[in-house]
Order: sequence, then C-alpha cells, then structure tokens
Amino acid sequence: MANKDQRKFDTKVQYLQYKVLREVARGAMNDDLLDRITDIPKTIIPGNVPTMRCCVYKERAIIAERVKLAMGGDRTNPNVIEVIEIACDDCPTGGYEVTNACRGCLAHRCEDVCRRNAISFDHQQKAHIDKTLCVECGQCAKVCPYSAIVSRRRPCENSCKVKAISMNEGKAASIDNSKCIACGACVYQCPFGAIIDKSFILDVIDMMKKSRDNTAYKMYAVVAPSIASQFTYAKLGQVVTGIQRLGFFSVVEAALGADMVAYKEAEELHEKGFLTSSCCPAFVDYIKKQFPDLAGHISENLSPMATIAKYIKETSSPCKVVFIGPCTAKKMEFQKPEVAPYIDSVITFEELQALFDAADIDITSLPEGVLDNASYFGRIFARSGGITDAVGQAVKEHGFEDFDYNPITCDGIEACRTALLKASRGVLPHNFIEGMACVNGCIGGAGCLTHGDKNKAEVDAYGRLAMEKTISDAIGIYGLATASPEAKSAPEPQE
Amino acid sequence: MVKVTVCIGSSCHLKGSRQVVEELQYLINKHDLGESVELAGTFCMGKCGENGVSVTVDDDYYAVKPENVLDFFNDVVVKKVK
Repeated sequence: MANKDQRKFDTKVQYLQYKVLREVARGAMNDDLLDRITDIPKTIIPGNVPTMRCCVYKERAIIAERVKLAMGGDRTNPNVIEVIEIACDDCPTGGYEVTNACRGCLAHRCEDVCRRNAISFDHQQKAHIDKTLCVECGQCAKVCPYSAIVSRRRPCENSCKVKAISMNEGKAASIDNSKCIACGACVYQCPFGAIIDKSFILDVIDMMKKSRDNTAYKMYAVVAPSIASQFTYAKLGQVVTGIQRLGFFSVVEAALGADMVAYKEAEELHEKGFLTSSCCPAFVDYIKKQFPDLAGHISENLSPMATIAKYIKETSSPCKVVFIGPCTAKKMEFQKPEVAPYIDSVITFEELQALFDAADIDITSLPEGVLDNASYFGRIFARSGGITDAVGQAVKEHGFEDFDYNPITCDGIEACRTALLKASRGVLPHNFIEGMACVNGCIGGAGCLTHGDKNKAEVDAYGRLAMEKTISDAIGIYGLATASPEAKSAPEPQE
Repeated sequence: MVKVTVCIGSSCHLKGSRQVVEELQYLINKHDLGESVELAGTFCMGKCGENGVSVTVDDDYYAVKPENVLDFFNDVVVKKVK
C-alpha cells in the first residue's frame, strides 16, 4: 500500500509531507484533531528504528513541526514559505572545491582559466582553491576534464533565483521575506524537506463544514489547468467527482478565467503598447521587488484564478471559492486586498491528494464528472508559451490586424530576469513578456504531485479536448466579449 | 422584470448552454424585451442529470435543450413578461 501511495509523488519528501497533511486533515474531518495531534508523529514514525535521521525522536520532533505547518504554520510570519530549522541538515556551503577526483594532470586548465590566481598545486600536483581569492565564478569546474571541481552550494540556495535564502547563525537556511516571491522552488528542491509551504487545509475543511452540505453557502473549487498533468493514475473526470465528494458544490476551470484574461490582456496590450503578464503571482511579485520601475507595465488584469472567482462570486453568491493548483505563490496572492474578496483559500494538488485520502475517497472507483468551460487557449496557460499563444489568438479575435504582436516567453526566474533587465534598459525588442517563475510554467509548480517530461503534452491534449475552440466563444456568453463576427451574429432560431 | 438565469456549469455547458444563452440574447433583442428581461448566468444548479440545460425563470425551473429555446422563450418567458 505504501508503495502504491508513493508512486503518486516525485520524491519521498513529498510523500512524507502528504502523510502529515493526510493525518491532520483526517483529524479535522473527524473532529478529533486535538485529541490525535500529539500522536501524529508516532503514527507516522512507528517503532524505534530511524529511517531518515539519527533517531526516531528527532524524526518525530520534525514531524511535529510539519504538523504545525499543515495547520497553518506561524501566522505571525506573513510568508507562506517557512523553514523547519531542526529539519535543515546544515548542508555544506563551501562553494567551489576540488575533490579527490583531481588526478594532478599536467594541463592545469583550471589554473589557466582562473583570473584570480586562486588555484595552486601541492606536491602531488593536486589542485587547491584559495578561498580568500576565489569569487565562485565556476570557470575551473567547467574546464576540468575529470569534473573534479564541484560547487558545494546548498540546494535551497541554488534553487532560489531571487537570492532570498542565506544561512543564519545556527547554519540553518533562512528566508529573506523582502526578496522571497513564494515560488516554492526551494520547497521542491530541499532534499531534507526542511522548507515547506504553509497549508490552509484546515480553513478549507472548516469552510466545508460550515457550508452545511452547500446549504449555508455553496463551495466552489476553481481548478488550475495544470491538473491535466496530475492525478494521472485516475481520469480527470474522476478527480472532478472526487472534489465534489469532498464537499464542493461544483468545480470550475480556472482556464475560463485565463480565456477572460487573454481577451482583456490583448486589449490592454493594444492600448498600452508594452505589457508584462499578470498571471503568475511570483513573477508579478518579482517585478515589484526587483524591477519596481517596470511595475507600471504589469497587466492590470487580475490573474485567471481571481478573474474566474470574481465571476463566480458575482453570479453564484452566497459562495466560497477555493483555488486548487500547483502553486505556492497563489497562497500569497489570495491574501492580497485586491484578490481576497474573491478567493477564500488556496490549496495545492499535493494537499488535494491528502484530502482525498483523509476522506477515504478512492478516486479511481468514482464515476467521471465533467469539467468543460474554457477554450484550448485558456487551458494551455498551464505551460510555458500558453499565455503567449492565447494573447496572440486574442489579438486576432479582436481584429487588431494593424498591431505587431511581438511576444517573448520566459519560464524560470533567470529567463524572466534577462528579459526584464533588457526592458528596464529600453533594449528589449519585444512588446509582451510572458513571465512564469517556474521552469516549464505552472506544470513545474512546487505544489504538483509529479513533474514529468510528458506534462506539457498532457496539458496540450487536454486543451484540444475543450468544446470551445476560440476565446470569444468560451467567454462570449458572459457578456464580456463584444467578440468575433461569428459570436456577434447569434444563430437564427429554428422555426 | 423577469430574471432568466441559465446554468453555465460544465455539465450544462456541454449540453449547449452557450447556444441557449446566445439564442435567448437574440430573441430578447428581436422582441425588444431588454428592458423587461434580465439574462444572467450561474455556475451549476445541482441538476446536472436533467435532460437539458438548467434554466430558471424567476424561481421556476426548466430544462431547456438548445433546439427548444424558441418554444421555451414563447411559452414561458414571453408569457411571464405579459
């Protein structure tokens, strides 16, 4: 059974995190969380043989910290990404070092390439790096024919492209909230699971209970299109039914919000002449923190998540809207004053899996529900290049034939930074920046269960299944689009 | 003012709620009833099993197929307005 469960996740860290979330959710659903809470560490780490750390007591102490995060974490810390200090293994931080793979060759390419003269050789001709001179440029590692020089950087620091992670006095990782964009890269990359996103599952379970079976208010789940690449052990329709079995009244595609955003963004781009996308909250936050001069060019549109939630609140109140997606940064976004009225909480796919299992819902045994509102273009927002294609399509559907649409697609903060640097110097030849903080786009998000090579293909295939083929058609009925010629002329009624 | 609400949840969308909305929009304009009929959408009415798109006229429920919109409009909406 354990092995079968584990196949749903990329790593054992995710699996462990899932087990904690599941136990916490189970307690909350059964109204006995307070009674069970102290037993959860022992439930997850039974026996007395350690499998992860020095002893079971440390393992259990760390689980207790994970339980806190699963219950919402430190509410005085505004960031949703937190370090569990006792779980941090204090990885080495030495930077470039010569390993014993150095064979003491004659060529000394490392010495020649080093501009700081930081490399010397001992009596066995083995290389050494003088740390007082080294600037960590990495050239020596690149040229060594034996790959004998390695960079000892912490995986968390390595993954953090905004340089928000440093080491505190106790050598544990520490996050600078003024730089962190909550993208979750460190959460996914830390091999010890020491950096975790706070969970709001208790809020969601509480909302479900208070909805009294959707009579006090209705619970809507807004699901990100990247779901097409997740839960692949079941059918998407079964996931939809599973979400309803949890207690949601209905499931709506965030991709419909993406259609709405693409349509409006094309209009805004046409009017302003230069724009950066506003879908990825980590990218938006990155611009605001690192390129404040460009903040005026961020699209004024709410994200697809907030756009569709606003529409649901306007048409279907009283209701609560929960976003389910791959993203940790969405957990920051929904707390912003401009989004908070529409989104009541955010959970990840990882957390959804935990909720299913806490409620003993085996989605593979469920009938298939339906999820179909958006167009192909709204759905492909889930992967890098999707916004670019969708806005291009919307430019066409608007009939802006005179407009020269010249987009650049950036996935990963490094690619975003390059484009933004050029834009800030006025040398970017493009007029639209699609920015996604995660490599490959949302399908690379930290809250995904799996991050496979096939995920893009799965999102595209899901996109092609959409009943609506154009953006105007998908959003036409909502009175948002003045729309394409086809949509304008409503069909003649049959006599 | 008569309020006509069409379900735009996934299940009704697949049964043709867009066609229903577009035809109702067309008929409302054609009969110049924009002042007396308010057309709205809502996400799911919880009657996904019905054979047709869920539509409410004020508080009365109807299941409307795209091919029956004209009859529905004449028999229900127009009568209600009058």
